[in-house]
Amino acid sequence: MKADPKRVLTGAHYLDGDHAAAEGALAAGCTFVAGYPITPSTEVVERMAERFPGVGGIFIQMEDELGSMAAVVGATWGGSKSMTVTSGPGFSLMMENIGLACMMEAPCVVVDVQRGGPSTGLPTLPGQADMMQAKWGSHGDYELVALSPNSPQEAFWVLIKAFNLSERFRVPVLVMMDECVGHMTEKVVIPEADQIELYPRRYTELPPEKYLPFKPEKDLVPQMIKAGDGYKIHVTGLTHDERGYPVMTWEAQEKLVRRLVEKIRLFKDELVDIEEEQTEGADVVVFSYGISSRVSIPAIQKARKEGIKVGYLRPIIVWPFPEKKIYELAQKIKGFVVVEMNYGQMVLEVERATKGKTKTILVPHGGGWVHEPEDIYKAIKEAAK
Amino acid sequence: MSEVQLKKKKEETEEEHPMEHLLRMERMPHIWCPTCGIGTAVTAFLMALEKSQIPLKDTAIVSGIGCTGRVAGYVKLDSFHSTHGRAIPFATGLKLANPKLKVVVFSGDGDIMGIGGNHFLHAARRNMDLTVVCVNNFIYAMTGGQCAATTPVTANTSTSPYGNFEQPFSLPYLAASCGAVYVARWTALDVRRLAKSLTEALQKKGFSFVEIICPCSTLYARRNRLGTGLDLMKFYHDNSVIKHGADLSELDISFQSKIVVGKFIDRERPTFIEGVNQGLRGVLKDKFVEYGGPIDDD
Ligand SMILES: Cc1ncc(C[n+]2csc(CCOP(=O)(O)OP(=O)(O)O)c2C)c(N)n1
Ligand code: SF4
Repeated sequence: MKADPKRVLTGAHYLDGDHAAAEGALAAGCTFVAGYPITPSTEVVERMAERFPGVGGIFIQMEDELGSMAAVVGATWGGSKSMTVTSGPGFSLMMENIGLACMMEAPCVVVDVQRGGPSTGLPTLPGQADMMQAKWGSHGDYELVALSPNSPQEAFWVLIKAFNLSERFRVPVLVMMDECVGHMTEKVVIPEADQIELYPRRYTELPPEKYLPFKPEKDLVPQMIKAGDGYKIHVTGLTHDERGYPVMTWEAQEKLVRRLVEKIRLFKDELVDIEEEQTEGADVVVFSYGISSRVSIPAIQKARKEGIKVGYLRPIIVWPFPEKKIYELAQKIKGFVVVEMNYGQMVLEVERATKGKTKTILVPHGGGWVHEPEDIYKAIKEAAK
Repeated sequence: MSEVQLKKKKEETEEEHPMEHLLRMERMPHIWCPTCGIGTAVTAFLMALEKSQIPLKDTAIVSGIGCTGRVAGYVKLDSFHSTHGRAIPFATGLKLANPKLKVVVFSGDGDIMGIGGNHFLHAARRNMDLTVVCVNNFIYAMTGGQCAATTPVTANTSTSPYGNFEQPFSLPYLAASCGAVYVARWTALDVRRLAKSLTEALQKKGFSFVEIICPCSTLYARRNRLGTGLDLMKFYHDNSVIKHGADLSELDISFQSKIVVGKFIDRERPTFIEGVNQGLRGVLKDKFVEYGGPIDDD
């Protein structure tokens, strides 16, 4: 299925990451956005509010983030491709209903433009410290997908990918931007609509008497309907059977939760999206994402000039974590340098994935500003020893 | 008796519940206690649903969490059992995604007015096109009888063991002051009047609100030594006073006091979708693309 030409702003534009993300969502077929203003994410919903009336779609400014996320799950079951947008404090408030989206298998997209925290922290300044909350923030066991763009151009594409993956796996997909990417303005080239491939919602063709809303297909993902199609289904946040009816037993829990987790874990290899440069024959690999990856480049270049063999690895899909790739590299290199704007989140995953085969050096930053390339350079030298 | 006679007798006595076609009978028995009022509230709702003649296919029901929150699971409609307090925003998303749907929120007082209070205020203010039915049993039942935003002063709950001394909400007053276009209150014992009111609420465009005063026999009645569920029902029956259009300030409920019931508000205001569409069309003229529902609709 191709994007609708009426919704694609084909051409070269000068956009910030937030606006580019909004254009990506429009191209992806998003028709419902519920949100609550919070810096540095607000420009996304502002753009949606401006663009929707011209292309068909509805934006509602909800009373808070709890309501925004609940509305998104409701809108998905009403037949919309739906999205909400927020930053740290709002992301925390959304967590319960992100879990609901996982349990109800409601495809949707949540954009978190990260700022410095904890608490209200640094509203207008960057951070990358919501990465573990993205993975573990809601209660219970579940799996979802998260992506992290490092430029406005990529924000456009990541939003399309996020919507496609959410439909493919019927999970909430999180877009973990940061304030720098959200607010930096760069050239964004938007292609013709026929070059944008969309993954359509998995609507069933079975008649109501044959359809079970939570009976998985071969890839563990069930087919959907939307309210009003005449199927009269029940959907609950409680543990349920294939009919969607609550069942309070450990057996039902085992069957359901195992599937919710495995529908992502079994397809981990399909869910690898990384940008990689000169990792072949490298002694050191710099691992970073979002804005930190761009600050790492001058440090890498400086080290290379001095003859250090440094590779660059940037996950665009951050959850599930590309652990296979990391392990492969870990067996060949002297060390990883992990650059992130927090005091150690994704570095834990890198360490886990290396299985002790190589060392890992974290270059932390509390947020509010980007790393000094010099600090990254020093860590590369240290790792190369 | 012979086999045949026995079978005949069984058929005569095992009458079908008149609402079976609207219930998920495969889920029976339900979880509610004997003499709980929620079942009666559901019966009245189903009567109203039939009366209103809204196509069942286009009707969806959303509940939050609690004893009342289980209603969605028993009613044979597209039904959603969401998170505690978030039934109204969930329903808002559902309605906006597919505006042809009639969306009903059916939940408890704790759910709608406690944890979900803010959503209630704003949905009423926006005149979101929803019918909100709130079963008020004056207590948090499912979690074991804790104090609610509706618990009358002096009533005993497990978190107000010496009596509640906070002022409760008057739900119709709140709904009306926030902008609801239809506001009524009945006890679960006024089945016919309640069903009539629910029919009107369902047929109303905009934010309609019906409060149902309901006995919780297991927790509220027992903790407050009010006898059995039946005694409590009898008390509500004997002590409700019908007063249509009553002054909103008369609607407070004290412990074991008279309860004013009736239809208090019935007015017109543009709904959220009407207001937004009308406004945008006016400003954007032919640039406005009205959103009518899911893009891939058949
Ligand atoms: C976020 C959250 N907080 C608390 C609970 C626990 N909880 C379940 S039901 C309930 C109260 C329900 O009360 P009410 O809405 O009055 O329903 P009733 O059981 O009386 O019908 C609470 C607090 C929950 N499920 N979720
Ligand atoms: S605990 Fe109270 S409200 Fe819940 S089912 Fe029993 S009687 Fe009804």
